Amino acid sequence: MEKQRYERPIIKKLESNMPNKFGMRTEYRPMTHIDNVGVKDLINEHGSPLFVISEKSVRDNIRNARKAFETRYPKVQFAWSYKTNYLDAVCRTFHQEGSWAEVVSGFEYDKAIHNGVDGSKIIFNGPDKTEDDLEKAIKNNSLIHIDHLDELYTVRKLAERMDIKAQVAIRVNMDTGIYPMWDRFGFNYENGQAWDALNKIMRSDVMELVGLHTHIGTFMLSPNAYAVAAGKMADLAIGIRDKYGHEIQYIDMGGGFASQNNLKGAYLPGTDINPTIDDFAEAITSALINSNFKPEKLPLLILETGRALIDDAAYLLGTVISNKRLSDGRRSTILDIGVNVLFTSFWYDHKITPAQPFTQHTEDTVVYGPLCMNIDVIRENISLPLLNKGDHVVIQNVGAYNMTQWMQFITLRPRIVMIDLEGNVHVVRERENLQRLLEFEKVPEHLKTFEL
Amino acid sequence: MKIKKNVAVSDSGFVFNPTTGESFSVNPIGMKIVEMLKKETPTQEISNYILENYETDAPTIDKDLYDFIEMLKQYSLIEENEKA
Repeated sequence: MEKQRYERPIIKKLESNMPNKFGMRTEYRPMTHIDNVGVKDLINEHGSPLFVISEKSVRDNIRNARKAFETRYPKVQFAWSYKTNYLDAVCRTFHQEGSWAEVVSGFEYDKAIHNGVDGSKIIFNGPDKTEDDLEKAIKNNSLIHIDHLDELYTVRKLAERMDIKAQVAIRVNMDTGIYPMWDRFGFNYENGQAWDALNKIMRSDVMELVGLHTHIGTFMLSPNAYAVAAGKMADLAIGIRDKYGHEIQYIDMGGGFASQNNLKGAYLPGTDINPTIDDFAEAITSALINSNFKPEKLPLLILETGRALIDDAAYLLGTVISNKRLSDGRRSTILDIGVNVLFTSFWYDHKITPAQPFTQHTEDTVVYGPLCMNIDVIRENISLPLLNKGDHVVIQNVGAYNMTQWMQFITLRPRIVMIDLEGNVHVVRERENLQRLLEFEKVPEHLKTFEL
Repeated sequence: MKIKKNVAVSDSGFVFNPTTGESFSVNPIGMKIVEMLKKETPTQEISNYILENYETDAPTIDKDLYDFIEMLKQYSLIEENEKA
């Protein structure tokens, strides 16, 4: 007789009074394949844990986003936010789809150049641009988005010395009716800082004001805040035109669009409550079109969307190390995925789906990672189908920030693969090994030997 | 070791403890174990039955069966004078 699939025995108390924080069961079918490639095969071939990126999803996402904006506004340009995921394979997919590069450090700038992006199609944001970085950017005609007055004076000094007109914009922060207001980056709109900086640029012969930039927050759940921001940006641009007779070329609305992930503390899942890319597009483009720009003089609209374009295009596969019972009776499951590789578990309740068939029975579970550190918690409360040691799981919506903010801590960072449009699997980043890490270390001569 | 006499067990996986008024749901393998415990089947025999009928190994059964019986005790479904 053929043996039945084993499921560990459970007994669950039925409670009909108070809802508990573990919530309802959310998983109904296993995720056995990603883009028609078997999860089990991927783990057998490439190890566990494993990041898997779907090239198809990346391309679908950027095409949908472009469609959302281009059907509403005549001139749109996306710039790929390197910090969200700067794997070369990911960046180049976006560049193939027509996205420019948006970088926030000298390292990211060099990576964009290495990827073959023309300097004039690199947007250089952020508060930390060294003189060397700025020299490079001025020479390459990159779009320098000035963050503070010290940077403005440095750009002016360098441009004078190099005798090249720097292509600049300023980052503007503003009150859009949301909390917290991001006022640490750029120049404030309401208190006149932005105008002060713009006047300084317009009165300089060595800086060309090409655009205006803002970035009002992150994981924004209110499209209306973008409408307010776009309105204020249009006011500034029209003010510059009226005062100096200068037409700026673009308005860069930055990023910050929410993905469909579940923020911790949210009562309903992200798929139900987070705005879509169309909601954001409608808010921004309507505000610009309804502003005082003449229709034929509408500036180019630049978007630096990161998270919303990559989050759902990547998965993290992992394996159950053990099931344990905690002292208070709660079930806990230990995965081989730690917070060192799934950094976003600090602020998201990630969806965890078993990769093999399961029954309708679930247990209220705490999901821990493998690190010998108390902070290593992947899900504090989840109603999880019953998993056995060695079973696999797929964690979804992990494309944004994890592959850049992850760290080598206790365990080494795993391999990353990308599934192309034909279903071929490519290794796009190798797993780390001890030898690789030791290459960075040096041991002083007197510490080389010891006796125990 | 056996399940308390007054505990009602349905075929569809529900367990009712009239002493406390509490109800529980049990998955099919758990149900099988509860039924066997009701008949005072020794745990070793239960382990053997699972090993013969399910795709698993002895250490897993040992661990999971121990955990399950602990939960039955926790919920006061096992005769109090019984020792594990």
